Formats: sequence, structure tokens, C-alpha cells
Amino acid sequence: MRSDRLNRSPLGLKIAAAAGLAFMHVPILLIFLYAFTTEEKSYQFPPPGLTTQWLAVAWNRPDVWAALTLSVKVASIATAVALVLGTLCAAAVSQTRFFGRETISLLVILPIALPGIITGIALRSAFSMAEIPFSFWTIVLGHATFCIVVVYNNAVARFRRISGSLVEASMDLGADGFQTFRYIILPNIGTALLAGGMLAFALSFDEVIVTTFTAGQQSTLPIWMLEELIRPRQRPVTNVVAMIVVLVTFLPILGAYYLTRDGDQIAGAGK
Amino acid sequence: MTAVAENLMSPERRGPTGRLSDFFWKHPHVLLTVLLAPPLLWLGVVYIGSLFALLLQSFFSIDDFSGLINYEFTFATYRQLLSETNLDIILRTVSMAAIVTLASALIAFPIAYYAARYAQGKWKVLFYLGVMLPLWSSYLVKIYAWKLILAKEGIVTWFFEKLHLLWLLDAWLSLPVVGGNSLSVSYTGTFIVFVYVWMPFMILPIQAALERVPTNLIEASSDLGGTPAQTFRHVLFPLALPGIVAGSIFTFSLTLGDYIIPQIIGSSRLFIGQAVYAQQGTAGNIPLAAAFTVVPIVIMGAYLWMAKRMGAFDAL
Repeated sequence: MRSDRLNRSPLGLKIAAAAGLAFMHVPILLIFLYAFTTEEKSYQFPPPGLTTQWLAVAWNRPDVWAALTLSVKVASIATAVALVLGTLCAAAVSQTRFFGRETISLLVILPIALPGIITGIALRSAFSMAEIPFSFWTIVLGHATFCIVVVYNNAVARFRRISGSLVEASMDLGADGFQTFRYIILPNIGTALLAGGMLAFALSFDEVIVTTFTAGQQSTLPIWMLEELIRPRQRPVTNVVAMIVVLVTFLPILGAYYLTRDGDQIAGAGK
Repeated sequence: MTAVAENLMSPERRGPTGRLSDFFWKHPHVLLTVLLAPPLLWLGVVYIGSLFALLLQSFFSIDDFSGLINYEFTFATYRQLLSETNLDIILRTVSMAAIVTLASALIAFPIAYYAARYAQGKWKVLFYLGVMLPLWSSYLVKIYAWKLILAKEGIVTWFFEKLHLLWLLDAWLSLPVVGGNSLSVSYTGTFIVFVYVWMPFMILPIQAALERVPTNLIEASSDLGGTPAQTFRHVLFPLALPGIVAGSIFTFSLTLGDYIIPQIIGSSRLFIGQAVYAQQGTAGNIPLAAAFTVVPIVIMGAYLWMAKRMGAFDAL
């Protein structure tokens, strides 16, 4: 009787949880509705009519394409750098014992734990002190710095699950360190790295605060969005771009979840 | 002894990779250095170096007449930081961060509790993705969505009109501090968007803490005659508190440093992030901007220290 009652959720809790989830999702769904509205000048609700013409208009906008290409390029290179550095760090922390291990984890998390504006200004003033001109590479440098943490978190969680005896068995059978890495460690951490890489890509693709400080004249897609938010020029195009950004960021999240769902720690739990 | 055993077990490998591998095996410290050097150079030198350079600048000052930075050690910039208008900005930001954190905890708790205790199988996955997708959705798109919602001609006004409650909305907007011309230029709007954007960060830590509460503790409490409210107050809440504190680290820190949300949805009164942005950009006063960034760093340092003492890091 009693355990039966305990296993059914109280109605109030159900309503509160459902309302909370609705609060999280309805605004994103509205983005999809507004992408098809016929209203151009305001954010009128309900939309007076629906149309698909803005998809074509957005498709033919060179500035949207330029921003999108730049974002994809930056995110790809930042992810590659973060994959290398994050894996190295995770390997060192989980495979060996040394003085200051705890400090390393703190150091990796710091760029994302401190408000983005601090990271941004610190990098900007460092660039100006070192007289490095703003370029594609300064954006990549900023992005890679805070992407390391997601790769590191995923890799560390997976390294913890690889039993040490696997590596020892490989060594006993005569494999050298590189062969052990190639045939034992890499297949085991592969999906975790892929998941971490996808999340790093999503993080970089969406980043705006650090980018405003480390980009010169170039604009990534989030910078383009931000300019439209501050000074709206063509609202329907912004609506369509917003919808596409939502769809693009969903894919890596679902992919990362799918790749790590059997593990003890699922990717993306800490953004 | 060990040297003999080593010689017995492994004849020297051939080839450069084999020899390198043997070398690493015999000198694990070299391997460790090779592994750690690139990430430490990147984070420790480039990133921490930039942070220190920034903090150092807060001890310089700006020359009022020429507008150039005066490279002499001084506390003048910090005296400027403690002026009345700047203290106002700091107080406003910290109280906003506190209310946002509180509201986030209130909304996040039922979702986390349901997901931790009642959702099973397929529902558990749906809950997880239902939290993850909004969490990872684009920050700007989320703000943009609220710009659509809170606009004067937007869905909120339409909703109140349909319910014939427009007078209620107008009454709220005519209140002195929280009101404004429309929701999108009021503190109420800023608050809602802050909660919306940062609340998802609260759910997963609370859920992790709640999942570790043994069910028999709750049963024991009700067996001993505790009402649901008493069980919540004396059993569940204290055990979930480390998770709430862990989540609040994110909501608090992220609200403290944000400058885009109050710029797009809010009144013209500044928050810390906007002050930093304005000082380093249009005003060109890097020392004051640097001094302003010290405020969130100090507050978060104290907050993290307190959270660590409450055991919040185990819930992360």
C-alpha cells in the first residue's frame, strides 16, 4: 500500500515539472513559428499569415553565408586544437599520479567557470599588448581555450573506465606504448572523443561573448545575430537564421548523447 | 634486482618508435612532461598570463586629460570603482544574480525531482534530452525568442488580452522599479530572460544529488509519521542542498558576468558586464574595466570557497 503510494508521483509535482519543461521549450518552438510569418515590420502575434518565402530570401543572402562559413571554419579548427590538448591533459591526469593534479582540473575548467567577458577582455588586452592584430586565428585561439574543458571532461570520464589490466595485458604481449595506444586505448576512448568533439563544436559555433573581443572586422554567425538583435534590419531573415541555428546545434547534442549513453557519465551534462 | 628483471623481461625494441616507447616506459616523468607541456603552455601561459596582465592593469590609472594609461602603481582606479554610481551597478548586479538563482532553484527543483525519482526508461531519456536541448540551444537565439515574446505586439500581450487581464499587465508595468514602458525594456523582462537562459544549468546538479538520496530514507521518514512537507523539510531538502549550491554556482556566476541580456532586454541602467564593456570600449578606460572584472572574480572566489565547504563539488 504505502510503497504503492510512494511510487506514484503527486499531482502537484507532475504539474510543476510539466510547467517547468514547457517554460524551457515553448520559446524555442515559437522561433519555428516566426520563421514562417508574413509580418515583416514587427513581432506581431498571432502571425497574420504563413509563408516559406523567407527561406529563399535567407538562402540568397551572401552575408549570412559568409558568417556561416566563418563560424564553421573557426569551430572546426578550435575543436581540432581542443581535441589534442584536452586528450593530452586527460591522459596525463588519469594515467599518472603527480604533484598538482587537482590544479590541472581547475585550470582546465577556469575559462568556462569565469564569466566570458573576463576571458574575452583578458585575451583582448593580451593581444593588444603583444601587438597581435585581430584575425581568424585570434578567434580560434579564444574558442579553443574554452573548448578544451568539454573534451577533457568526456575523455577523463572514459579513461577512468578503462581498466589498467587491459593496458598491462597489451604490454605483456609485447606491444610497445604506441601500439598500445593505437590498438587498445584509442578504440576505447574513440566515442568519448567524438562526443567531446561534437560538444566542443556546438560550444564554439554558438559562442558570442569571447568572440566580440577577439574578432576584428570579421563576423561569425553569432556576431551577425547579435548585430541583428541590437539593430534589426531584416527581421524575417533573422527569424530563419535563428531557426537554422537551433536545428544545427541539436544535431551534435543528440549525436553526443547517442555515443555516450551507455556510460556512467553522459556527455554534455556540464556545459 | 629490478634491473635484472627488466633485462630478463624485455629485450630492447628495435626501430625509432620502439626505442622511444622504451625510453618513455623507463622515464615516466619525460612522458608526463610531453603530455602536459602543450595544454599547460596553452592554458597556463597564454590564458593565465592574459588574466594576470588584465589584473595588473587594474593597478594602473588613466590620465584624465590625455586619456592615456599612466603606468604607475596606484589604487586610484579602485577608489574610482567604489564611487556611488559604480557601487550601485555592483549592488544591482549582485541582487539580480541572487534573485535569478533563487527563482531558478524553485523552477528546477520539481523537474529534477520528477526526473530523479519517478521517470523511468523511455521517460528518463525524454527528460534528459528535454533538459539538454534547451541547455545547449544557442544563447542568442534564446534571447531572440524572448524579444519576440515580450514585444509590445507579442504573445504575452496577446495572451493577457484574450484573458481580459490587460489591466493587470499595465498595473505591473506601472510599478516603480520592476516596471517600464513594455516588458522588453523593464527589469521584469531582464529577470525572466536571465532565469530562462541560466535555469537549465541548475537541473542536472540537483538531479544528481537527488538520485543519491536512498528511497528508504523517505519511506522511513513517513513511517515515523512525517508528513510530506516535514519529510521535504528535514530529509529531502538538506540532502539536495549540495546539488542546489552546485547549480547556483553556474546561475550566479553567469548572471554576474552577462552583458548581452540586459543590453537587449532591459532598462538603460547598467549591470557589471555592461560597465566593463563600456569602459573598455567607448570610454577606453582599460584600468577601470579591469578593476570591474575583479568584482565578479572576488565574489565567485568567496562563493566557490563557501560551496566547497558545503560539499557542493561532489554533486557536480
